[in-house]
Amino acid sequence: MESSATYFSGFSLNDLWFLGEAALRTLWISFLAISIGSLIGIFLGLALSVSRIFSFTLGAILDIFRSVPLIIQLVLFFNFAPIIGLRLNPFEAGLIVLTVYTSAYVANVARGGIEAVGIPMRQAARSLGMNYWQDLRYVVWPIGLRAVFPAWVGVALGVMKDSALVSILGYVELLKASQILMTRTQEAILILSIAGAFYFALSYPISYYATRLEQRWSK
Amino acid sequence: MDYNFHWRPVFKSLPDLLESAILTLEVAILSMILGIIFGLALSLIRIHVKGPLKWFAISWIELARNTPALLQLFFFGFGLGAFGIHFSPFLIVLMGLTFNNSGYLAENFRGGFNSIPDTQIRASLSLGMNHFQTYTRIIIPQVLRVVYHPMTNQMVWAVLMSSLGMLVGFRELSGETQFFASKTYRIFEYFAATAVIYYVIVKIILGAARLMASRLFKY
Repeated sequence: MESSATYFSGFSLNDLWFLGEAALRTLWISFLAISIGSLIGIFLGLALSVSRIFSFTLGAILDIFRSVPLIIQLVLFFNFAPIIGLRLNPFEAGLIVLTVYTSAYVANVARGGIEAVGIPMRQAARSLGMNYWQDLRYVVWPIGLRAVFPAWVGVALGVMKDSALVSILGYVELLKASQILMTRTQEAILILSIAGAFYFALSYPISYYATRLEQRWSK
Repeated sequence: MDYNFHWRPVFKSLPDLLESAILTLEVAILSMILGIIFGLALSLIRIHVKGPLKWFAISWIELARNTPALLQLFFFGFGLGAFGIHFSPFLIVLMGLTFNNSGYLAENFRGGFNSIPDTQIRASLSLGMNHFQTYTRIIIPQVLRVVYHPMTNQMVWAVLMSSLGMLVGFRELSGETQFFASKTYRIFEYFAATAVIYYVIVKIILGAARLMASRLFKY
């Protein structure tokens, strides 16, 4: 051994394992935020399309989440929670912010879908004897979904990529893990390429499939 | 709730924050101008050119669209740093945003170009215009109409994305906020003020875009 301490150690197989675990955390937080956020967003979209007052007030509130950088929202909420007596770990705080962020975007998409169906179609459904919920379930949902599914995929993939920002709260997801490894091994290109390849491998096939679907449906 | 809000330091440093907001706007606008130039080139290459140049354009576009913006910034910051190429934080953010904007804008432009039927090109050629005239007088004005709205959105995105600058040491609006927040420990107050500033910036951009649209697309 040399007498001087070595500060950096090379990239090893163990580190790949570390990155893999972090990638799972990225998947987990994105999955939760996208599924819960979409569910909330659909109901918000419904509320937006129902009444003018809602679309004005609720729309203005949701607009805030789309006009302020996610990173600011994350820091703001993470520091606001203790003020009102909530003790949240980085995962919980990140999840809450990401979920609200997702629902703000999905609400807009959902409203677009509901409006794409058109009033005459819905009047026809009602005059056939369907009640309000049947109309939503059997007429608005299938038609609206087709209209906005590609847009929804875009939002979901965006949230998956934006989940990288939760790293600022200290949640060790893929990008935070890469940052830690970069500091230790000083092999930035290699590690960033691995992380980038993961995001790309997840995002590219889905967006490709969505574009294909959009083309097929628009024919 | 036993937290005392202290807004005085925020008001005191408001001029500094607003000054850094101008830096945010600067980097966003510059990255947008460069992004339009590169994006136009990439989309034209993707449509008209075959061979390695086309694959270069496609990989640029797809990498920009399918990896997190923060990862792209890290690549320009730490990744190139591994080769001994060091840039100032301003340039890192500018390059990262330009890379990202070009990818998204290229796809918007491609959609715009595809929306113009080939017959128009042939018609204008048969009227004696050359290719350059055809593009500048017939195609581009129509494409601009189609891509105007996505371009406005991208501009908003550029402003929001520039907030990532705080993670690579760039003292734009977010970076400056973090600096003051860690100096005074008034994290919530500072970030709340910054959120408001971002919101106002985004609203101004959207308002200006709407005003410009009503002038540009009168006919």
